[in-house]
Amino acid sequence: MAKLGVNIGKLSLKNPVMTASGTFGYGLEFADFINLNDLGGFIVKGTTLNPREGNDYPRMAETPSGMLNCVGLQNKGVDHFCKEIYPQLEHLDTNVIVNVSGSTLEDYVECASRINALPHVPAIELNISCPNVKAGGMAFGVTPEGAASVVKAVRQAYDKTLIVKLSPNVTSIADIAKAVEAEGADSVSLINTLMGMSIDIERRKSRLSIGTGGLSGPCVKPVALRMVWQVTQAVNIPIVGLGGIMNATDAIEFIMAGATAIEIGTANFIDPAVTIKVVNGINEWLDNHGVKDVNEIVGCLKV
Amino acid sequence: MKKYILDLRVVAVEHPREGYALLKLTNDEGTLPEMVPGQFVEVKVDKADGVFLRRPISINRICREANELWLLVHAVGEGTRTLYNIQAGDTLNCVLPLGNGFTTTHPAGNKVLLVGGGVGTAPLLAYGEYLKERGVHPSFLLGGRSAKDLLQLDLFEQVGPVYITTEDASLGEKGFVTQHSVLEAEHFDAISTCGPKPMMMAVARYAHAKGITCEASLENLMACGLGACLCCVEKNHEGHNVCVCKEGPVFNTEQLQWQN
Repeated sequence: MAKLGVNIGKLSLKNPVMTASGTFGYGLEFADFINLNDLGGFIVKGTTLNPREGNDYPRMAETPSGMLNCVGLQNKGVDHFCKEIYPQLEHLDTNVIVNVSGSTLEDYVECASRINALPHVPAIELNISCPNVKAGGMAFGVTPEGAASVVKAVRQAYDKTLIVKLSPNVTSIADIAKAVEAEGADSVSLINTLMGMSIDIERRKSRLSIGTGGLSGPCVKPVALRMVWQVTQAVNIPIVGLGGIMNATDAIEFIMAGATAIEIGTANFIDPAVTIKVVNGINEWLDNHGVKDVNEIVGCLKV
Repeated sequence: MKKYILDLRVVAVEHPREGYALLKLTNDEGTLPEMVPGQFVEVKVDKADGVFLRRPISINRICREANELWLLVHAVGEGTRTLYNIQAGDTLNCVLPLGNGFTTTHPAGNKVLLVGGGVGTAPLLAYGEYLKERGVHPSFLLGGRSAKDLLQLDLFEQVGPVYITTEDASLGEKGFVTQHSVLEAEHFDAISTCGPKPMMMAVARYAHAKGITCEASLENLMACGLGACLCCVEKNHEGHNVCVCKEGPVFNTEQLQWQN
């Protein structure tokens, strides 16, 4: 058994496998299939200061090797999380991380500071990259200045591990990563979904209620890997890699590209027990290759 | 109800009509999990071009003695066409049981009308059998464009009275289910419906006008089936988006915005 433990800022993970926000509910939805404590951590759905209904139906379109969604950050607000959901999660022996979203700097800061008060949430993932909300998230995440402004403000209100989730819908993701590192982010996670479309030619309409959506699944993996590799060379903080990971091989690719930890997203919809299979698969690969510690292969890629 | 991921073996495949496949599945590892009519199964579709997500299929019949679960599949897209071509002996990876089923608390002696259209009749067979076993009296009102759209009629007839409408008058009364004379001739204590949404909405309006409790089983597009992806939402009566996969697929129609 190889050593699987990794660190992201002050956060210790028992293994590098986490789940991507918006694909794993509050974890509880998957408790019949896996032992949540076997995960390095899981990231609960995007949480905003005030409740959000999200976008209208239809919100999903299947694509070759993936899917588009335009859920639009539907959630019941941070106070609902703190009062109703947190008590069900606080006893877990894994890292429960909250994905924090917003549409104004003030909302981000207030939401993050309320999460800061929860002793058993050791980190937040700051979502500055949701493509499905007007004036929200991605508006900040597409320029280095915008990204830096949110991270600077939240950093002052949040003293635990701060992971910033980056948008791939930018010209240079490495520049954005450098900007958030400079403002005190402990880590960056990437990539969020790629903006896309799908059209029903008989109805001459988009298959998504707001026209566009975020693309996820194995179809985005090559793009995600490339971006993880580019960001690895640009920053010194640890990277959390995600984008189309379906199995342990995919996860190891991200780790070799430079990710210290990974998130599994859309694959949870196909196999609700995939996370544990990836943990076991990474361990098996390391053992088979005589690697004693997963950290030895982080960023080992030779081009 | 605990959910499972199971590899179920296809015992037999029947094609009741062109374009429809009845898949009879069993669990070789043990008895099938506890489940109730109205719940559904997320089926993994292997080796289908362009198919990435599982396909949600309602439970057509639960045969405890034979340890069989029946799924009725209408081949409409690449995923369901692949399921249509499944052979006996193949294995289907299934996540089940998902969602909330039909009402299980009707008192014995009550009369419940089950209204179905097209392949939406599938879960009503399981539900009719469930009700009959508990002393509730189910009747079926089934509609289709034409006689060829109505499936498993012999099985429905073993469970309760069957009333039929077709749009082309090829079987039963001509018209839509909501125009059938049985609705005026008989009294029912409750209605459950599954089928095309316009049909279910019309049934819900009829029930509302008559003051009869009505529940409907929805089939919004979904990805996970577990309440995680939030893609399959329907607006409830308070204007909030709720997941069909988790809060439904069966809803009391008074809880939806279907009255106007």
